[in-house]
Amino acid sequence: MSTDAPAAPGRKLNRIGLEPGAYRGGKSTLCAGCGHNAISERIIEAYYEMGIDPSRVVKMSGIGCSSKSPAYFLGSAHGFNAVHGRMPSVATGAMLANRTLLAIGVSGDGDTGAIGIGQFVHLMRRNVPMIYIVENNGCYGLTKGQLSPTADLGSVLKSGVVNDLPPIDLCALAIELGASFVARTFSGDKKQMSALLKAAIAHRGTVMLDIISPCVTFNDHEGSTKSYSYVKDHDEPLGEISFVPYFDDISVDYGPGEVQEVTLHDGSRLLLKKLAGDYDPTNRVIARRVLHETASRGEYATGLLYVEPSRPDFLSLLNLVDRPLAFLTPDETRPGRDVLEQIMEELR
Amino acid sequence: MPPETAPAAAFTAPASRVVNDFSIQVATVNGSGSQTANLVLLRSIFQSGVPVSGKNLFPSNIAGLPTWFTIRASRRGYIARRRETDILVAMNPDTAREDVASLRPGAAVVYDALLRLEAVRDDVVFYPVPFDRIVAPVCPDARLRKLVRNMIYDGVLARLLGIDLARMRQALARQLGKKPKAVALNEAALDAGFEYAAANLEKRDPFVIEPMDATRGKILIDGNAAAAIGAMMAGVTVVTWYPITPSSSLCEALTGYMRAHRTDPATGKATFAIVQAEDELSALGMALGAGWAGARAMTATSGPGISLMAEFTGLGYFAEVPAVIFDIQRAGPSTGLPTRTAQGDLLSTAVLSHGDTRHPMLLPASVGEAYEMAMAAFDLAERLQTPVFVMSDLDLGMNVWMSEPFAYPERAPDRGKRLTPEVLERLGEWHRYRDVDGDGVPWRTAPGDGMPAYFCRGSGHNEQGQYSERPGDYAGTLERLARKLETARTLVPPAVVEADEGARVGLIAFGTSHWAVAESRDQLREEAGLPTAYLRLRGYPFGPEVEAFVRRWERVYVVEQNRDGQMRGLLALDLEPPLVQRLRSVRHFDGLPLDARSVTAAVLEQERGGTR
Repeated sequence: MSTDAPAAPGRKLNRIGLEPGAYRGGKSTLCAGCGHNAISERIIEAYYEMGIDPSRVVKMSGIGCSSKSPAYFLGSAHGFNAVHGRMPSVATGAMLANRTLLAIGVSGDGDTGAIGIGQFVHLMRRNVPMIYIVENNGCYGLTKGQLSPTADLGSVLKSGVVNDLPPIDLCALAIELGASFVARTFSGDKKQMSALLKAAIAHRGTVMLDIISPCVTFNDHEGSTKSYSYVKDHDEPLGEISFVPYFDDISVDYGPGEVQEVTLHDGSRLLLKKLAGDYDPTNRVIARRVLHETASRGEYATGLLYVEPSRPDFLSLLNLVDRPLAFLTPDETRPGRDVLEQIMEELR
Repeated sequence: MPPETAPAAAFTAPASRVVNDFSIQVATVNGSGSQTANLVLLRSIFQSGVPVSGKNLFPSNIAGLPTWFTIRASRRGYIARRRETDILVAMNPDTAREDVASLRPGAAVVYDALLRLEAVRDDVVFYPVPFDRIVAPVCPDARLRKLVRNMIYDGVLARLLGIDLARMRQALARQLGKKPKAVALNEAALDAGFEYAAANLEKRDPFVIEPMDATRGKILIDGNAAAAIGAMMAGVTVVTWYPITPSSSLCEALTGYMRAHRTDPATGKATFAIVQAEDELSALGMALGAGWAGARAMTATSGPGISLMAEFTGLGYFAEVPAVIFDIQRAGPSTGLPTRTAQGDLLSTAVLSHGDTRHPMLLPASVGEAYEMAMAAFDLAERLQTPVFVMSDLDLGMNVWMSEPFAYPERAPDRGKRLTPEVLERLGEWHRYRDVDGDGVPWRTAPGDGMPAYFCRGSGHNEQGQYSERPGDYAGTLERLARKLETARTLVPPAVVEADEGARVGLIAFGTSHWAVAESRDQLREEAGLPTAYLRLRGYPFGPEVEAFVRRWERVYVVEQNRDGQMRGLLALDLEPPLVQRLRSVRHFDGLPLDARSVTAAVLEQERGGTR
């Protein structure tokens, strides 16, 4: 899928001339086998393959195991590990200050679905241009395995505690609230996650990416509905996803009706090969119905659930000058003497 | 049909005239549109060259509850609240009798004749006015009468107080600006009131306005609009807020000014973003995100919002992110009195959030300082890389004050220590949280500026910004932040100190308490023979002049508008125990702005006790 720039011998450079190493971060301190580490790997690959300059990227997070992970990818990008559940507002502020940045936020199911649900709701509603990943394992790992609001009804904790409250479906919520790109995938599905991450980078607007990422320490046992084995058995892909970046001039020869093509903001294309039925990810009503039906069967619908490439993002609604607000000069931001004099005259 | 004039045996006040030194109180029902009439009255006195101040005591309600607007004319220039009312305009049937009963003998009452207040007492001057009968012919549209009838009392007062009617018309035109229909309608009501008074009311009170020349060139503005102008001139680019009385009008005024003066005329594009957030947590979260990314960012709120912002304030302090927070204080705790004033957030704001924190605060006393300190706050926030609070209050923020026109800023904005290639070369190596200059303030970078990146976090970190739980790293960070506070002491506006000749005691005040204290000092000197020295705080942490002042005076009265003596408490944290014992407290906390008499009485009472 990626195009390689003319490479020096023995080195694999991407189209802006960077090695994969340029996209790596610090060493992970998460548990061995944690789904979150697999996600960090896919993020590194996706930004490398898309040829994104890491210095344009800002990595945002809240608090929790998931929120630690931005330290483990794109080490040369700025990062902000904010407070619990409140990454959306900090990310929104950063994007207001500098609209040329590319924001990726990593949160967890507690950070988003419990303490941060208010800020999550308003981020989706505003369609702030950023990728918002929920590394979803249905439990609080860092505080040793308590239930989170995405734990399924009847799911059993390692301690034997049974969850008797219904889960919040963060994807259904995001679609309802106006997020313009909503997808779900599984940390064990390398191919699907890679295609979705690259499409997410190409999209302009809020990308809500729910990644089921089993907690190997606290929620990977019999009775858990977010264990590796359960998710593998109940993963219900809505279609086979291929991503064609705008810089790849690949012509695809699928037969008519076999694939649905979605053109993203930067001209990249998402090709959706239908597996069963006629799932249309541009239809909000169908998306809600399918999420509801699969959930009631105890399955996870994965893939691109909903996309609306043309919805204006929050920054475009503000009609800002082209240059980042953060870098405007005093000449541009301090009105002249005549303006102050005029205001004073009106107050006399 | 009510009588057109008071009974023949009506009370007449003593003959000596009281010129340019009295208070008018207009008692209305909120939502009745009296604000225009009140501001026209205030402005007409102002345009007569007479020093004037106005205070709106209003309920937390859309319509139907009692509201009082107080206008004080003072030839000596006193603009603090005065407790006594000399002229009452009684328009609210529900409170009229109580309002009249609270007047002192010799006061005057203009009232709706239907209320028959003349029966309440016989030692004040009554001026009954048949408002409904006057308003009907000048305002054929019955729906507008409720709004227009208030202008009638302006006309009546113009006649009774001797205010030039032309001046009042001019004030009306100013107030209603570009609404010719409304101006015409209100002008007719004004004239009708004036004519009614001329034909029917005999002047029997001593209060008159005579033109002076004490307001030439001055402006009239509320503190929130003044702060908004300051923020605009400071070059703010990101404004995030959540509506709350009494701070909303700051961001609303700012929105108006920014649209008018910060939009590129060629492209129509904005050099600013103003976002109404979903709550105060988000408002400050957005401001910090923007500040981290290099923008000049602010939010404005009041006490309940400050409480919600505690968590993010701690993040801003510990991760060292600039932001400006305007706290337009109202009476707490909890919801408290949302439309009443207080200086009650000082202690909680100074150390807002858990752990060891300390935040710079600026303390504006006037609309001029609201303007200047708004600009100073942005410079300080970026210079110190920390949240900075501007502690205004409802009295300053929402009331109209006279002021010299604001001066254009001569200094360029101070964007603080931003790493550049030149600085990087000089430093050799750069670590985000290393104190290379000894002032506790490290150099910072922002995403997209081409300089090295770092990981910003509210968790424990070392000089490189890496996660660290090492005792030395943590203690080192806290100690450096304490050093930064010492730098802040030298950067916040210094206190203003003055002393009467032969002063025997010291007074300390700040913010809007200043106006009552300034007047009280004259009372103490002239009436009680007690000359005083005075220190007006303008910033926190305190500069060295504060300790020197307390050292100089054996008894120092700290005057403030809260129950617990919060500023006295902050002073006590900084001063040595023998000096703390010199501090005495004058506290006012009934939700109404402080008045001079309260200060004078409290100081004299303690002085008597103290010298016994």
